[in-house]
Amino acid sequence: MQSAIENTLDIEQIRRDFPVLDQTVNGRPLVYFDNAATNQKPLPVIHALTRYYEGYNANIHRGIHHLAEQATAAFEASRRAVQSFLNAKHWEEIIFTYGTTDGINLVAQTYGRRFLGKGDEIIISTMEHHSNIVPWQMLCEERGCILKVIPVDDNGELILEEYEKLLSERTKFVSVVHVSNSLGTINPVKTIIDLAHGVGAVVLIDGAQASSHLELDVQALDTDFYVFSAHKLYGPTGMGVLYGKKEILDAMPPYRGGGEMIKEVTFEKTTYNDLPYKFEAGTPNIADVVAVKTALEYMAGLGKENIAAHEHDLLQYATEQLSELEGLRIIGQAKHKIGVISWVMDGIHHQDTGVILDQQGIAVRTGHHCCQPLMQRFGITGTTRASFAVYNTKDEVDRLVTGLRRVQKMML
Amino acid sequence: MTINEKQDEIIEEFDLFEDQLDKTQYIIDLGKKLPPMPESARTDQNRIMGCQSKVWVDAELKGDRLHFYGDSEPTAQISKGLVSLLIRVLSGEKPEDIANADLYFIPRVGMGNLITSLRSGGLASMVERMKAFGRAYAQQTVTVQDPSNA
Repeated sequence: MQSAIENTLDIEQIRRDFPVLDQTVNGRPLVYFDNAATNQKPLPVIHALTRYYEGYNANIHRGIHHLAEQATAAFEASRRAVQSFLNAKHWEEIIFTYGTTDGINLVAQTYGRRFLGKGDEIIISTMEHHSNIVPWQMLCEERGCILKVIPVDDNGELILEEYEKLLSERTKFVSVVHVSNSLGTINPVKTIIDLAHGVGAVVLIDGAQASSHLELDVQALDTDFYVFSAHKLYGPTGMGVLYGKKEILDAMPPYRGGGEMIKEVTFEKTTYNDLPYKFEAGTPNIADVVAVKTALEYMAGLGKENIAAHEHDLLQYATEQLSELEGLRIIGQAKHKIGVISWVMDGIHHQDTGVILDQQGIAVRTGHHCCQPLMQRFGITGTTRASFAVYNTKDEVDRLVTGLRRVQKMML
Repeated sequence: MTINEKQDEIIEEFDLFEDQLDKTQYIIDLGKKLPPMPESARTDQNRIMGCQSKVWVDAELKGDRLHFYGDSEPTAQISKGLVSLLIRVLSGEKPEDIANADLYFIPRVGMGNLITSLRSGGLASMVERMKAFGRAYAQQTVTVQDPSNA
Protein backbone atom coordinates (compact mmCIF):
# COMPACT_ATOMS: atom_id res chain seq x y z
CA MET A 1 0.00 0.00 0.00
CA GLN A 2 2.67 2.52 -0.95
CA SER A 3 1.48 5.97 -1.77
CA ALA A 4 3.28 7.47 -4.74
CA ILE A 5 2.04 11.01 -4.26
CA GLU A 6 3.10 13.15 -1.36
CA ASN A 7 0.20 14.51 0.58
CA THR A 8 0.28 18.29 0.33
CA LEU A 9 -3.18 19.22 1.61
CA ASP A 10 -3.72 21.50 4.58
CA ILE A 11 -6.31 19.36 6.32
CA GLU A 12 -7.01 21.82 9.15
CA GLN A 13 -7.82 24.46 6.56
CA ILE A 14 -10.03 22.01 4.64
CA ARG A 15 -11.90 21.08 7.81
CA ARG A 16 -13.04 24.67 8.12
CA ASP A 17 -15.00 24.16 4.89
CA PHE A 18 -17.12 21.50 6.63
CA PRO A 19 -19.10 23.15 9.43
CA VAL A 20 -20.78 19.88 10.43
CA LEU A 21 -17.47 18.54 11.71
CA ASP A 22 -17.20 21.25 14.33
CA GLN A 23 -19.46 19.77 16.99
CA THR A 24 -19.41 17.48 19.99
CA VAL A 25 -21.32 14.21 20.14
CA ASN A 26 -21.97 12.72 23.56
CA GLY A 27 -19.65 15.32 25.02
CA ARG A 28 -16.71 14.50 22.76
CA PRO A 29 -15.54 16.08 19.51
CA LEU A 30 -17.16 14.31 16.55
CA VAL A 31 -15.07 11.88 14.53
CA TYR A 32 -16.93 11.15 11.31
CA PHE A 33 -15.78 7.87 9.78
CA ASP A 34 -18.97 6.93 7.89
CA ASN A 35 -17.94 8.49 4.61
CA ALA A 36 -18.64 5.42 2.50
CA ALA A 37 -22.30 5.84 3.43
CA THR A 38 -22.22 9.54 2.64
CA ASN A 39 -19.60 12.19 3.11
CA GLN A 40 -20.03 15.68 4.49
CA LYS A 41 -20.65 18.75 2.36
CA PRO A 42 -18.31 21.72 2.07
CA LEU A 43 -19.58 25.29 2.34
CA PRO A 44 -19.34 26.01 -1.40
CA VAL A 45 -21.78 23.14 -2.09
CA ILE A 46 -24.14 24.27 0.66
CA HIS A 47 -23.96 27.81 -0.72
CA ALA A 48 -24.65 26.61 -4.26
CA LEU A 49 -27.89 25.07 -3.00
CA THR A 50 -28.98 28.19 -1.15
CA ARG A 51 -27.90 30.43 -4.07
CA TYR A 52 -30.19 28.45 -6.35
CA TYR A 53 -33.20 28.71 -4.04
CA GLU A 54 -32.54 32.33 -3.11
CA GLY A 55 -31.65 33.51 -6.57
CA TYR A 56 -33.04 31.59 -9.53
CA ASN A 57 -35.33 28.75 -8.52
CA ALA A 58 -37.39 27.90 -11.60
CA ASN A 59 -38.40 24.87 -13.59
CA ILE A 60 -36.07 24.15 -16.45
CA HIS A 61 -36.19 23.74 -20.23
CA ARG A 62 -39.75 24.96 -20.70
CA GLY A 63 -39.89 28.46 -19.26
CA ILE A 64 -39.11 31.48 -21.39
CA HIS A 65 -38.53 33.83 -18.48
CA HIS A 66 -35.25 34.98 -17.00
CA LEU A 67 -35.13 32.66 -13.98
CA ALA A 68 -36.01 29.62 -16.09
CA GLU A 69 -33.17 30.43 -18.44
CA GLN A 70 -30.74 30.86 -15.57
CA ALA A 71 -31.81 27.58 -13.97
CA THR A 72 -31.65 25.73 -17.29
CA ALA A 73 -28.19 27.09 -18.00
CA ALA A 74 -26.92 26.05 -14.56
CA PHE A 75 -28.51 22.62 -14.90
CA GLU A 76 -26.94 22.00 -18.30
CA ALA A 77 -23.61 23.41 -17.13
CA SER A 78 -23.62 20.68 -14.50
CA ARG A 79 -24.13 18.10 -17.22
CA ARG A 80 -21.06 19.41 -19.04
CA ALA A 81 -19.11 19.35 -15.77
CA VAL A 82 -20.03 15.70 -15.25
CA GLN A 83 -19.14 14.93 -18.86
CA SER A 84 -15.70 16.36 -18.24
CA PHE A 85 -15.41 14.59 -14.86
CA LEU A 86 -16.01 11.23 -16.53
CA ASN A 87 -14.33 12.17 -19.80
CA ALA A 88 -17.45 11.15 -21.69
CA LYS A 89 -17.37 11.71 -25.43
CA HIS A 90 -20.81 13.33 -25.72
CA TRP A 91 -22.77 15.50 -23.28
CA GLU A 92 -25.92 13.57 -24.17
CA GLU A 93 -24.38 10.49 -22.57
CA ILE A 94 -24.89 11.99 -19.11
CA ILE A 95 -28.29 11.13 -17.62
CA PHE A 96 -29.23 12.61 -14.27
CA THR A 97 -30.78 10.09 -11.90
CA TYR A 98 -31.63 10.01 -8.22
CA GLY A 99 -28.55 7.98 -7.36
CA THR A 100 -26.52 4.87 -8.13
CA THR A 101 -29.40 2.50 -7.35
CA ASP A 102 -31.72 4.47 -9.61
CA GLY A 103 -29.18 4.28 -12.45
CA ILE A 104 -28.78 0.51 -12.14
CA ASN A 105 -32.54 0.04 -12.07
CA LEU A 106 -32.89 2.22 -15.15
CA VAL A 107 -30.47 0.04 -17.09
CA ALA A 108 -32.00 -3.21 -15.83
CA GLN A 109 -35.50 -2.05 -16.62
CA THR A 110 -34.85 -0.55 -20.05
CA TYR A 111 -31.80 -2.18 -21.58
CA GLY A 112 -32.48 -5.41 -19.70
CA ARG A 113 -36.15 -5.75 -20.63
CA ARG A 114 -35.53 -4.82 -24.25
CA PHE A 115 -32.39 -6.81 -24.99
CA LEU A 116 -32.14 -9.67 -22.49
CA GLY A 117 -34.24 -12.80 -22.66
CA LYS A 118 -34.62 -16.39 -21.65
CA GLY A 119 -31.34 -18.19 -21.02
CA ASP A 120 -29.19 -15.07 -21.36
CA GLU A 121 -26.60 -14.86 -18.63
CA ILE A 122 -25.86 -11.85 -16.44
CA ILE A 123 -22.66 -11.81 -14.39
CA ILE A 124 -22.29 -9.90 -11.14
CA SER A 125 -19.81 -10.48 -8.29
CA THR A 126 -19.93 -11.67 -4.69
CA MET A 127 -18.94 -8.22 -3.43
CA GLU A 128 -21.90 -6.38 -4.91
CA HIS A 129 -24.07 -4.04 -2.92
CA HIS A 130 -27.70 -5.21 -2.83
CA SER A 131 -28.54 -2.48 -5.33
CA ASN A 132 -26.38 -4.25 -7.91
CA ILE A 133 -27.92 -7.64 -7.11
CA VAL A 134 -31.64 -7.15 -6.67
CA PRO A 135 -32.44 -5.27 -9.93
CA TRP A 136 -30.79 -8.11 -11.86
CA GLN A 137 -32.59 -10.77 -9.86
CA MET A 138 -35.86 -9.01 -10.61
CA LEU A 139 -34.96 -8.94 -14.30
CA CYS A 140 -33.97 -12.62 -14.29
CA GLU A 141 -37.27 -13.52 -12.73
CA GLU A 142 -39.20 -11.54 -15.29
CA ARG A 143 -37.21 -12.41 -18.41
CA GLY A 144 -35.87 -15.87 -17.57
CA CYS A 145 -32.21 -14.80 -17.54
CA ILE A 146 -29.59 -16.56 -15.43
CA LEU A 147 -27.51 -14.77 -12.81
CA LYS A 148 -23.87 -15.86 -12.39
CA VAL A 149 -21.59 -14.65 -9.64
CA ILE A 150 -17.81 -14.05 -9.66
CA PRO A 151 -16.34 -15.44 -6.41
CA VAL A 152 -14.08 -13.53 -4.03
CA ASP A 153 -10.88 -14.88 -2.42
CA ASP A 154 -9.90 -14.66 1.24
CA ASN A 155 -8.22 -11.29 0.74
CA GLY A 156 -11.41 -9.83 -0.67
CA GLU A 157 -10.29 -9.80 -4.31
CA LEU A 158 -12.30 -11.06 -7.25
CA ILE A 159 -11.02 -14.34 -8.64
CA LEU A 160 -10.51 -13.40 -12.28
CA GLU A 161 -9.79 -16.96 -13.46
CA GLU A 162 -13.25 -17.91 -12.22
CA TYR A 163 -14.72 -14.89 -13.98
CA GLU A 164 -13.13 -16.03 -17.23
CA LYS A 165 -14.69 -19.48 -16.76
CA LEU A 166 -18.14 -17.89 -16.33
CA LEU A 167 -17.84 -15.93 -19.57
CA SER A 168 -19.30 -17.48 -22.72
CA GLU A 169 -21.36 -16.53 -25.74
CA ARG A 170 -24.37 -16.78 -23.42
CA THR A 171 -23.03 -13.89 -21.32
CA LYS A 172 -25.00 -10.82 -22.35
CA PHE A 173 -24.41 -8.46 -19.47
CA VAL A 174 -21.78 -7.92 -16.77
CA SER A 175 -22.47 -5.58 -13.84
CA VAL A 176 -19.65 -5.16 -11.34
CA VAL A 177 -18.73 -2.73 -8.60
CA HIS A 178 -15.64 -0.59 -9.21
CA VAL A 179 -14.76 -0.35 -5.50
CA SER A 180 -16.27 -2.49 -2.73
CA ASN A 181 -18.14 -0.43 -0.15
CA SER A 182 -17.48 -2.91 2.63
CA LEU A 183 -13.92 -4.08 1.87
CA GLY A 184 -12.45 -1.13 0.01
CA THR A 185 -11.15 -3.41 -2.75
CA ILE A 186 -10.45 -1.64 -6.05
CA ASN A 187 -11.47 -4.05 -8.79
CA PRO A 188 -9.55 -4.36 -12.08
CA VAL A 189 -12.52 -3.07 -14.03
CA LYS A 190 -10.61 -2.44 -17.25
CA THR A 191 -9.74 -6.15 -17.44
CA ILE A 192 -13.29 -7.11 -16.50
CA ILE A 193 -14.71 -4.87 -19.23
CA ASP A 194 -12.27 -6.09 -21.90
CA LEU A 195 -12.99 -9.74 -21.11
CA ALA A 196 -16.75 -9.10 -21.22
CA HIS A 197 -16.47 -7.31 -24.55
CA GLY A 198 -14.48 -10.28 -25.79
CA VAL A 199 -17.67 -12.37 -25.64
CA GLY A 200 -19.89 -9.54 -26.83
CA ALA A 201 -21.40 -8.66 -23.46
CA VAL A 202 -22.41 -5.18 -22.34
CA VAL A 203 -20.91 -3.86 -19.10
CA LEU A 204 -22.13 -1.64 -16.26
CA ILE A 205 -19.73 -0.43 -13.59
CA ASP A 206 -21.13 0.64 -10.22
CA GLY A 207 -18.97 3.61 -9.29
CA ALA A 208 -20.72 4.58 -6.05
CA GLN A 209 -17.55 4.25 -3.99
CA ALA A 210 -15.01 4.90 -6.71
CA SER A 211 -16.19 8.27 -7.93
CA SER A 212 -14.75 10.36 -5.10
CA HIS A 213 -11.48 8.47 -4.84
CA LEU A 214 -10.28 7.45 -8.29
CA GLU A 215 -9.59 9.22 -11.55
CA LEU A 216 -12.35 8.23 -13.96
CA ASP A 217 -12.21 8.01 -17.72
CA VAL A 218 -15.12 6.15 -19.26
CA GLN A 219 -13.57 6.29 -22.74
CA ALA A 220 -10.32 4.74 -21.57
CA LEU A 221 -12.26 2.12 -19.63
CA ASP A 222 -14.50 1.59 -22.66
CA THR A 223 -17.35 0.81 -20.28
CA ASP A 224 -20.87 0.78 -21.68
CA PHE A 225 -22.46 2.17 -18.51
CA TYR A 226 -21.09 3.85 -15.40
CA VAL A 227 -23.23 4.92 -12.44
CA PHE A 228 -22.55 6.94 -9.31
CA SER A 229 -24.20 9.14 -6.66
CA ALA A 230 -23.32 12.76 -5.96
CA HIS A 231 -23.65 12.50 -2.20
CA LYS A 232 -20.55 10.34 -1.97
CA LEU A 233 -18.40 12.97 -3.65
CA TYR A 234 -19.11 15.93 -1.39
CA GLY A 235 -22.29 16.70 -3.32
CA PRO A 236 -25.96 16.67 -2.39
CA THR A 237 -28.16 13.64 -1.75
CA GLY A 238 -30.85 12.47 -4.14
CA MET A 239 -28.79 13.08 -7.24
CA GLY A 240 -26.81 10.66 -9.32
CA VAL A 241 -25.47 10.04 -12.78
CA LEU A 242 -25.89 7.34 -15.36
CA TYR A 243 -23.29 7.45 -18.10
CA GLY A 244 -24.06 5.33 -21.13
CA LYS A 245 -22.57 5.04 -24.58
CA LYS A 246 -24.69 7.10 -26.93
CA GLU A 247 -25.49 4.34 -29.39
CA ILE A 248 -26.64 2.05 -26.57
CA LEU A 249 -28.72 4.74 -24.84
CA ASP A 250 -30.29 5.59 -28.21
CA ALA A 251 -31.39 2.00 -28.65
CA MET A 252 -32.93 1.78 -25.19
CA PRO A 253 -36.61 2.51 -24.57
CA PRO A 254 -37.52 5.23 -22.06
CA TYR A 255 -37.95 4.33 -18.43
CA ARG A 256 -40.52 6.62 -16.87
CA GLY A 257 -43.15 8.57 -18.75
CA GLY A 258 -43.99 12.25 -18.59
CA GLY A 259 -42.41 15.68 -18.55
CA GLU A 260 -39.24 16.36 -20.50
CA MET A 261 -38.96 12.83 -21.92
CA ILE A 262 -41.62 13.39 -24.59
CA LYS A 263 -41.43 15.09 -27.96
CA GLU A 264 -45.07 14.99 -28.94
CA VAL A 265 -48.06 13.39 -27.30
CA THR A 266 -51.38 12.51 -28.85
CA PHE A 267 -53.75 9.90 -27.52
CA GLU A 268 -52.76 7.72 -30.45
CA LYS A 269 -49.00 7.91 -30.12
CA THR A 270 -46.21 9.59 -28.22
CA THR A 271 -42.82 10.29 -29.69
CA TYR A 272 -39.93 10.44 -27.30
CA ASN A 273 -37.42 13.19 -26.84
CA ASP A 274 -33.75 12.84 -27.71
CA LEU A 275 -30.95 11.96 -25.33
CA PRO A 276 -30.46 12.72 -22.53
CA TYR A 277 -34.00 14.01 -21.91
CA LYS A 278 -35.59 10.74 -22.97
CA PHE A 279 -34.55 9.34 -19.59
CA GLU A 280 -35.28 12.38 -17.45
CA ALA A 281 -39.02 12.26 -16.89
CA GLY A 282 -40.70 14.84 -14.69
CA THR A 283 -39.12 17.82 -12.98
CA PRO A 284 -35.60 16.77 -12.09
CA ASN A 285 -33.75 17.45 -8.88
CA ILE A 286 -32.61 20.85 -10.18
CA ALA A 287 -30.93 22.37 -7.12
CA ASP A 288 -28.93 19.26 -6.40
CA VAL A 289 -27.89 18.81 -10.01
CA VAL A 290 -26.73 22.42 -10.06
CA ALA A 291 -24.75 21.92 -6.83
CA VAL A 292 -22.95 18.85 -8.10
CA LYS A 293 -20.94 21.06 -10.43
CA THR A 294 -19.71 22.95 -7.37
CA ALA A 295 -18.84 19.64 -5.66
CA LEU A 296 -16.79 18.57 -8.68
CA GLU A 297 -15.04 21.94 -8.74
CA TYR A 298 -14.33 21.66 -5.03
CA MET A 299 -12.71 18.27 -5.49
CA ALA A 300 -10.80 19.45 -8.53
CA GLY A 301 -9.56 22.42 -6.51
CA LEU A 302 -8.05 20.11 -3.91
CA GLY A 303 -6.81 17.73 -6.58
CA LYS A 304 -8.28 14.27 -6.70
CA GLU A 305 -4.81 12.71 -6.57
CA ASN A 306 -4.06 14.69 -3.39
CA ILE A 307 -7.31 13.52 -1.81
CA ALA A 308 -6.52 9.94 -2.78
CA ALA A 309 -2.99 10.22 -1.37
CA HIS A 310 -4.26 11.61 1.93
CA GLU A 311 -6.89 8.89 2.26
CA HIS A 312 -4.27 6.31 1.40
CA ASP A 313 -2.06 7.59 4.22
CA LEU A 314 -4.97 7.30 6.62
CA LEU A 315 -5.76 3.77 5.44
CA GLN A 316 -2.18 2.69 5.84
CA TYR A 317 -1.93 4.25 9.30
CA ALA A 318 -5.29 2.81 10.42
CA THR A 319 -4.36 -0.65 9.11
CA GLU A 320 -1.13 -0.57 11.12
CA GLN A 321 -2.78 0.73 14.27
CA LEU A 322 -5.80 -1.56 14.19
CA SER A 323 -3.62 -4.58 13.45
CA GLU A 324 -2.00 -4.09 16.85
CA LEU A 325 -5.28 -4.68 18.68
CA GLU A 326 -5.52 -8.22 19.95
CA GLY A 327 -8.45 -10.21 18.62
CA LEU A 328 -9.14 -7.77 15.79
CA ARG A 329 -9.31 -9.18 12.27
CA ILE A 330 -9.45 -6.95 9.21
CA ILE A 331 -11.88 -8.21 6.58
CA GLY A 332 -10.60 -7.30 3.14
CA GLN A 333 -6.85 -7.22 2.62
CA ALA A 334 -6.75 -6.53 -1.08
CA LYS A 335 -3.55 -5.14 -2.59
CA HIS A 336 -5.41 -2.18 -4.04
CA LYS A 337 -7.82 -0.49 -1.66
CA ILE A 338 -9.42 2.89 -1.12
CA GLY A 339 -9.74 4.35 2.37
CA VAL A 340 -12.17 1.81 3.77
CA ILE A 341 -11.29 -0.53 6.60
CA SER A 342 -13.66 -3.21 7.91
CA TRP A 343 -13.07 -5.49 10.88
CA VAL A 344 -14.48 -7.96 13.36
CA MET A 345 -13.35 -8.39 16.97
CA ASP A 346 -13.32 -11.66 18.92
CA GLY A 347 -16.19 -11.96 21.37
CA ILE A 348 -17.71 -8.57 20.51
CA HIS A 349 -20.76 -7.91 18.36
CA HIS A 350 -20.26 -5.21 15.74
CA GLN A 351 -23.45 -3.53 16.88
CA ASP A 352 -22.11 -3.14 20.41
CA THR A 353 -18.87 -1.77 18.98
CA GLY A 354 -20.81 0.86 17.05
CA VAL A 355 -22.88 1.88 20.08
CA ILE A 356 -19.87 2.31 22.35
CA LEU A 357 -17.87 4.17 19.70
CA ASP A 358 -20.84 6.48 19.19
CA GLN A 359 -20.90 7.17 22.91
CA GLN A 360 -17.32 8.36 22.44
CA GLY A 361 -18.35 10.63 19.56
CA ILE A 362 -17.04 8.32 16.82
CA ALA A 363 -19.35 7.61 13.88
CA VAL A 364 -18.71 4.31 12.09
CA ARG A 365 -20.96 1.94 10.22
CA THR A 366 -21.81 -1.50 11.54
CA GLY A 367 -23.71 -4.39 10.02
CA HIS A 368 -23.74 -6.12 6.68
CA HIS A 369 -23.35 -2.89 4.67
CA CYS A 370 -26.10 -4.07 2.29
CA CYS A 371 -23.73 -6.83 1.11
CA GLN A 372 -25.20 -9.88 2.80
CA PRO A 373 -23.85 -12.41 0.28
CA LEU A 374 -20.34 -11.04 0.84
CA MET A 375 -20.72 -11.34 4.61
CA GLN A 376 -21.88 -14.95 4.09
CA ARG A 377 -18.75 -15.52 2.00
CA PHE A 378 -16.61 -14.55 5.00
CA GLY A 379 -18.83 -16.46 7.46
CA ILE A 380 -19.77 -13.35 9.43
CA THR A 381 -22.97 -11.41 10.00
CA GLY A 382 -21.37 -8.00 9.73
CA THR A 383 -18.36 -5.83 10.38
CA THR A 384 -17.50 -2.48 11.86
CA ARG A 385 -16.34 -0.15 9.12
CA ALA A 386 -14.41 3.09 9.16
CA SER A 387 -14.23 4.94 5.86
CA PHE A 388 -12.18 8.05 5.26
CA ALA A 389 -12.64 11.35 3.48
CA VAL A 390 -10.34 14.26 2.81
CA TYR A 391 -11.10 15.96 6.14
CA ASN A 392 -10.13 13.01 8.35
CA THR A 393 -6.87 12.99 10.31
CA LYS A 394 -4.45 10.58 11.92
CA ASP A 395 -5.45 11.99 15.31
CA GLU A 396 -8.95 10.78 14.58
CA VAL A 397 -7.59 7.32 13.76
CA ASP A 398 -5.87 7.40 17.16
CA ARG A 399 -9.22 8.29 18.75
CA LEU A 400 -10.74 5.26 17.00
CA VAL A 401 -8.03 2.97 18.33
CA THR A 402 -8.47 4.32 21.87
CA GLY A 403 -12.22 3.94 21.44
CA LEU A 404 -11.82 0.31 20.39
CA ARG A 405 -9.57 -0.41 23.37
CA ARG A 406 -12.37 0.96 25.55
CA VAL A 407 -14.86 -1.34 23.77
CA GLN A 408 -12.64 -4.33 24.49
CA LYS A 409 -12.18 -3.31 28.11
CA MET A 410 -15.93 -3.01 28.60
CA MET A 411 -16.85 -6.22 26.83
CA LEU A 412 -14.15 -8.75 27.61
CA MET B 1 -42.15 -4.96 44.60
CA THR B 2 -44.45 -3.48 41.94
CA ILE B 3 -43.37 -2.78 38.38
CA ASN B 4 -43.12 0.92 39.18
CA GLU B 5 -41.13 0.35 42.35
CA LYS B 6 -38.64 -1.73 40.39
CA GLN B 7 -38.43 0.99 37.74
CA ASP B 8 -37.79 3.64 40.41
CA GLU B 9 -35.03 1.48 41.85
CA ILE B 10 -33.34 1.17 38.46
CA ILE B 11 -33.60 4.93 37.86
CA GLU B 12 -31.88 5.49 41.20
CA GLU B 13 -29.09 3.07 40.30
CA PHE B 14 -28.49 4.75 36.95
CA ASP B 15 -28.46 8.19 38.56
CA LEU B 16 -25.12 7.22 40.08
CA PHE B 17 -23.53 7.35 36.64
CA GLU B 18 -22.81 10.65 34.96
CA ASP B 19 -21.28 9.23 31.83
CA GLN B 20 -23.23 7.32 29.19
CA LEU B 21 -20.32 4.88 28.87
CA ASP B 22 -20.62 4.00 32.55
CA LYS B 23 -24.32 3.36 32.11
CA THR B 24 -23.56 1.12 29.16
CA GLN B 25 -20.93 -0.72 31.19
CA TYR B 26 -23.56 -1.30 33.89
CA ILE B 27 -25.99 -2.68 31.30
CA ILE B 28 -23.29 -5.00 29.95
CA ASP B 29 -22.50 -6.23 33.48
CA LEU B 30 -26.18 -6.91 34.13
CA GLY B 31 -26.29 -8.94 30.92
CA LYS B 32 -23.33 -11.02 32.02
CA LYS B 33 -25.26 -11.99 35.17
CA LEU B 34 -28.38 -13.12 33.26
CA PRO B 35 -28.65 -16.91 33.42
CA PRO B 36 -28.38 -18.44 29.93
CA MET B 37 -31.54 -19.66 28.28
CA PRO B 38 -31.62 -23.37 27.39
CA GLU B 39 -30.65 -24.01 23.78
CA SER B 40 -34.10 -25.57 23.18
CA ALA B 41 -35.80 -22.24 23.96
CA ARG B 42 -33.75 -20.33 21.37
CA THR B 43 -36.29 -21.00 18.68
CA ASP B 44 -37.34 -18.85 15.77
CA GLN B 45 -40.68 -18.46 17.50
CA ASN B 46 -38.98 -16.88 20.53
CA ARG B 47 -36.65 -14.72 18.46
CA ILE B 48 -37.23 -10.98 18.60
CA MET B 49 -37.26 -9.56 15.12
CA GLY B 50 -35.98 -6.04 14.61
CA CYS B 51 -32.72 -6.59 16.48
CA GLN B 52 -29.47 -6.50 14.51
CA SER B 53 -28.24 -9.18 16.89
CA LYS B 54 -30.07 -12.37 17.82
CA VAL B 55 -32.24 -12.04 20.93
CA TRP B 56 -34.78 -14.51 22.33
CA VAL B 57 -37.48 -14.06 24.96
CA ASP B 58 -39.81 -16.71 26.41
CA ALA B 59 -42.40 -16.63 29.17
CA GLU B 60 -43.98 -19.13 31.54
CA LEU B 61 -47.04 -18.69 33.76
CA LYS B 62 -46.56 -19.87 37.34
CA GLY B 63 -49.75 -19.44 39.33
CA ASP B 64 -51.03 -16.01 38.44
CA ARG B 65 -47.57 -14.61 37.67
CA LEU B 66 -45.67 -14.51 34.41
CA HIS B 67 -41.95 -15.30 34.45
CA PHE B 68 -39.65 -14.24 31.62
CA TYR B 69 -36.47 -15.80 30.26
CA GLY B 70 -34.24 -14.13 27.78
CA ASP B 71 -30.89 -14.36 26.07
CA SER B 72 -28.86 -13.03 23.17
CA GLU B 73 -26.17 -14.45 20.97
CA PRO B 74 -23.04 -14.53 23.17
CA THR B 75 -21.31 -11.50 21.67
CA ALA B 76 -24.31 -9.16 21.77
CA GLN B 77 -23.85 -8.05 25.33
CA ILE B 78 -25.68 -4.74 25.26
CA SER B 79 -28.81 -6.45 23.95
CA LYS B 80 -28.46 -9.06 26.65
CA GLY B 81 -28.17 -6.36 29.30
CA LEU B 82 -31.29 -4.64 28.00
CA VAL B 83 -33.20 -7.93 28.10
CA SER B 84 -32.05 -8.51 31.65
CA LEU B 85 -33.31 -5.06 32.71
CA LEU B 86 -36.70 -5.71 31.16
CA ILE B 87 -36.88 -9.12 32.82
CA ARG B 88 -36.04 -7.55 36.17
CA VAL B 89 -38.92 -5.08 35.78
CA LEU B 90 -41.58 -7.33 34.29
CA SER B 91 -40.84 -10.87 35.46
CA GLY B 92 -42.94 -12.20 38.33
CA GLU B 93 -45.79 -9.82 37.66
CA LYS B 94 -49.42 -10.41 36.71
CA PRO B 95 -49.99 -10.67 32.97
CA GLU B 96 -52.44 -7.76 32.86
CA ASP B 97 -50.00 -5.55 34.79
CA ILE B 98 -47.31 -6.43 32.24
CA ALA B 99 -49.64 -5.72 29.34
CA ASN B 100 -50.52 -2.31 30.78
CA ALA B 101 -47.11 -1.33 32.15
CA ASP B 102 -45.80 2.14 31.39
CA LEU B 103 -42.05 1.58 31.11
CA TYR B 104 -41.02 5.11 31.97
CA PHE B 105 -37.61 3.99 33.23
CA ILE B 106 -36.32 3.58 29.67
CA PRO B 107 -36.17 7.29 28.78
CA ARG B 108 -35.46 8.26 32.40
CA VAL B 109 -32.20 6.31 32.66
CA GLY B 110 -30.99 7.86 29.43
CA MET B 111 -31.41 4.74 27.35
CA GLY B 112 -33.17 6.76 24.67
CA ASN B 113 -29.72 7.42 23.25
CA LEU B 114 -28.98 3.72 23.29
CA ILE B 115 -32.22 2.88 21.53
CA THR B 116 -31.38 5.38 18.82
CA SER B 117 -27.94 3.87 18.46
CA LEU B 118 -29.41 0.40 18.23
CA ARG B 119 -31.46 1.92 15.47
CA SER B 120 -33.44 -1.13 14.53
CA GLY B 121 -35.90 -0.58 17.35
CA GLY B 122 -34.57 -3.70 19.00
CA LEU B 123 -35.44 -2.55 22.52
CA ALA B 124 -38.92 -1.48 21.43
CA SER B 125 -39.41 -4.92 19.88
CA MET B 126 -38.35 -6.61 23.14
CA VAL B 127 -40.85 -4.51 25.12
CA GLU B 128 -43.56 -5.22 22.58
CA ARG B 129 -42.94 -8.98 22.73
CA MET B 130 -43.06 -9.05 26.53
CA LYS B 131 -46.27 -7.05 26.60
CA ALA B 132 -47.74 -9.35 23.97
CA PHE B 133 -47.00 -12.28 26.30
CA GLY B 134 -48.77 -10.32 29.06
CA ARG B 135 -51.82 -9.70 26.86
CA ALA B 136 -51.96 -13.29 25.68
CA TYR B 137 -51.79 -14.75 29.19
CA ALA B 138 -54.21 -12.14 30.56
CA GLN B 139 -56.78 -13.23 27.98
CA GLN B 140 -56.06 -16.87 28.71
CA THR B 141 -56.79 -16.29 32.40
CA VAL B 142 -60.15 -14.75 31.52
CA THR B 143 -60.89 -17.70 29.26
CA VAL B 144 -60.09 -20.19 32.01
CA GLN B 145 -62.22 -18.36 34.52
CA ASP B 146 -65.18 -17.88 32.21
CA PRO B 147 -65.43 -20.33 29.32
CA SER B 148 -68.52 -18.55 27.95
CA ASN B 149 -66.21 -15.71 26.90
CA ALA B 150 -64.13 -17.98 24.71
